[in-house]
Amino acid sequence: MNSYETHEHDVLVIGAGGAGLRAAIEASAAGCSVALVCKSLLGKAHTVMAEGGMAASMANVDDRDNWKVHFADTMRGGQYLNNWVMAQHHAKEAPARVRELEAWGAVFDRTADGRILQRNFGGHRYPRLAHVGDRTGLEMIRTLQDYGVHRGIDVFMEMTVHTLLLDSGASDLGRSALRADTSSGMSARSADLPRVIGAFGYDRPRGQFRVWKARAVVLATGGIGKAFRITSNSWEYTGDGHALAYEAGADLMDMEFVQFHPTGMVWPPSVRGLLVTEGVRGEGGRLLNKDGKRFMFDDVPPLYRNQVATDAEEGWRYVTGDKNANRPPELLTRDHVARCINREVKAGRGSPHGGVYLDIAWIKEKLGGAAEAHIKKKLPSMYHQFHTLAGLDITKEPMEVGPTTHYVMGGVRVDGDTQMSTVPGLFAAGEVAAGLHGANRLGGNSLSDLVVFGKRAGEHAAAFAKEHGAGAVNPAQVEDAQRRALGPLERKTGENPYAIQHDLQGMMQDLVGIVRTEAEMTRALEGIKKLRERAASVAAPGSREYNPGWNTAIDLSNLLTVSEAVTRAALERKESRGAQFREDYPAKRDEYAAFNIVLRRGGVTDAMQVVREPLRPMPEELKKVIEENK
Amino acid sequence: MAKPAADKAYSTPDAEPARPSPGPSTPGTRRGVFKIWRSDGTGGEFKEYTTTVSEGMVVLDAVHQIQAESAPDLACRWNCKAGKCGSCSAEINGQPKLMCMTRMDQLPADTPTTIEPMRAFPPIKDLVTDVSWNFRVKKRIAPFKPRKPDAPDGTWRMQQADVDRVQEFRKCIECFLCQDVCHVLRDHHKHEEFIGPRFYVHAAALEMHPLDTADRVSDLKNEFGIGYCNITKCCTKVCPEHITITDNAIIPLKERVVDEFFDPLTRLLRVFRPKPAGRP
Repeated sequence: MNSYETHEHDVLVIGAGGAGLRAAIEASAAGCSVALVCKSLLGKAHTVMAEGGMAASMANVDDRDNWKVHFADTMRGGQYLNNWVMAQHHAKEAPARVRELEAWGAVFDRTADGRILQRNFGGHRYPRLAHVGDRTGLEMIRTLQDYGVHRGIDVFMEMTVHTLLLDSGASDLGRSALRADTSSGMSARSADLPRVIGAFGYDRPRGQFRVWKARAVVLATGGIGKAFRITSNSWEYTGDGHALAYEAGADLMDMEFVQFHPTGMVWPPSVRGLLVTEGVRGEGGRLLNKDGKRFMFDDVPPLYRNQVATDAEEGWRYVTGDKNANRPPELLTRDHVARCINREVKAGRGSPHGGVYLDIAWIKEKLGGAAEAHIKKKLPSMYHQFHTLAGLDITKEPMEVGPTTHYVMGGVRVDGDTQMSTVPGLFAAGEVAAGLHGANRLGGNSLSDLVVFGKRAGEHAAAFAKEHGAGAVNPAQVEDAQRRALGPLERKTGENPYAIQHDLQGMMQDLVGIVRTEAEMTRALEGIKKLRERAASVAAPGSREYNPGWNTAIDLSNLLTVSEAVTRAALERKESRGAQFREDYPAKRDEYAAFNIVLRRGGVTDAMQVVREPLRPMPEELKKVIEENK
Repeated sequence: MAKPAADKAYSTPDAEPARPSPGPSTPGTRRGVFKIWRSDGTGGEFKEYTTTVSEGMVVLDAVHQIQAESAPDLACRWNCKAGKCGSCSAEINGQPKLMCMTRMDQLPADTPTTIEPMRAFPPIKDLVTDVSWNFRVKKRIAPFKPRKPDAPDGTWRMQQADVDRVQEFRKCIECFLCQDVCHVLRDHHKHEEFIGPRFYVHAAALEMHPLDTADRVSDLKNEFGIGYCNITKCCTKVCPEHITITDNAIIPLKERVVDEFFDPLTRLLRVFRPKPAGRP
């Protein structure tokens, strides 16, 4: 059949954002040969789009901060569905990961005494986010990239991984010395699954097939935002790692929890979904409906009544630093604000283009002539973004904003210490892994997630690689993958992949979006089944070289898998918690606090199974930490 | 009136089709004519495409729409579509720009819009060029090497005022438009002897980093060809991040080269002290 180039390394890292780069650096430092495969050019991954900062309790600005407070904040934000092992590692190790970035050349904003400056963010008790203006993600990825390229890592740019290769040979290799977390029940399952021994894929510029043989594989592929129509995510976010892991037999977990950021651009159409930072509301931006009403004051959840300003005046005092004032209702949690905006639009009180108004220009009532300069100084990229793309001056006019798909809390279920999945030799870190964020992620916890768990995944993948020999590639598996990959190119007639992708995005947006019901999601499952049938006959004319139609056709299967996982998990969780809002079950239910929802291949039909996995009991000392910080 | 994109058989995954009109809110809608460079990497030609141009659209939207409507194999590199990743560099009506940040309503409506790849790099296909040379160049530049930590806990102290200028350079999104427009590369093909504006900015960010102790001045003169730059400032003009490349990065680096290699007093001192100690 088709020929392919073969590469052989100890560790293969798939994805070169913050997590993938950090994993590659760590595995390389452990003496392993490392291949780093990325869909884009190096340094272009989604990490560049992160704005706010990375959360780490360095206590540079408020010395009351420490890992315990960060741990408790993260668990509360995640509604206690988080993997507490990960939340603990994250809170303890994030400060060291920030300092390490500085040692590698990152230039964070400074405090008056010359240390790394930290800023406030939603859900974090103290100023905790190390940052560089509103481009922290760029600083992180460039630092890791520039450090990493001098570490002898083999980088494969603009390549797509299509299938994970599983060991066909001596299976005892895959079953020995698994350092899985025994108390979580993961090792028992691991022993039944064949080990991952590499990956099959292709380079997009030439369309040539490749096989990367490796003793351990780290997934660091990011999220799934492109399953939805309105998203702040780039084209790369097609759930590749989620689907690759699932196909290889690994568990996915918490997939019902998709974070919708309340404020994305809605106009012009071409930039719909592009993020409008929380910082606008942090500077005093108010949300108004078409009647000019500040609607957020109408709906304050009982839990937060004592923490929210009673009037606009108190809200303004809060954002200008009065520690005795309560926050304006615009600064409630992301899930709540997104739902309120959604409600206004559905009730016909939205702006002309289907959003609501976000008004920062009003602060001239408070600051007079200084307002314009203040806005430009505090929100430079927002000013630039609206000025360039919408022809709108945010110092003079209100913006139109609406919710946008931003992040998936769910992902590959991993061991909290090693980041290894239930498939031996397969690791996951960053957005593609589940556990740290539970039902809802706090802003700023993503960038720290990338480096804390990227490092851990790299370290343990390297250890695994050293303990295990090379596996045997099964030629039949490679041939099968080639056949499936070439299908769309070889079909002379068939549907356009863009049309199917577009229909899937629209359906997920409408039926499995911010507000969910059983009836709509049942329809979505039917719809996914039909789209899968259509996708099976998709055609992508043209050559193999840099053919975007073909690439889209290949991504489709991943998008369908993650869409099904999100929908099935959301149906199973008959309650509203964190990012999941069920109109038919609008309250939180205690019995649902006891388990995570896991999805895996299985059964006689090899269909997607939905399993409730009980949470591991938390040790007393961590319970105490949470109590002390309530 | 032109048919809105929403009625098309296909629509792009990302360029949102015009929504069912919220009132008369598709005022700017027109048919746009595009001349797009099509090439398999050897030779090539402009091909003409027509698509609907709606309000607020950027050039990258038009390319996506054309991909979805009539040229699914049209190759184009892009990623964030928010001016943050620097992937979609191209020459639009002859001007080096990011396709995602160039609005159609800033371009003349009465003439076709030409879109072609960056011309300073080898073509791969259509709008995509081989920019791998840039990645190889960066590897040749001595990496960051910090001084010993200032505090017992292994951390450093730096004042904001001392990092401001480095932070300007670190805004770079590596779109390589400055490389594309630099005549030393574009017209004289000095890729072996000259690293280009992007990497002078990179070198400046390292050289002026308050913690860095490595010395790149000799390399800048001998290996990286900084003398070739004759300060035409074309790079500064096209930088989408508005980095003042020439004035803030290249000229200060040239001054360091002059100080170290051509200043008579320094040359004399170098006899006794081979390398300048502190920096910057």
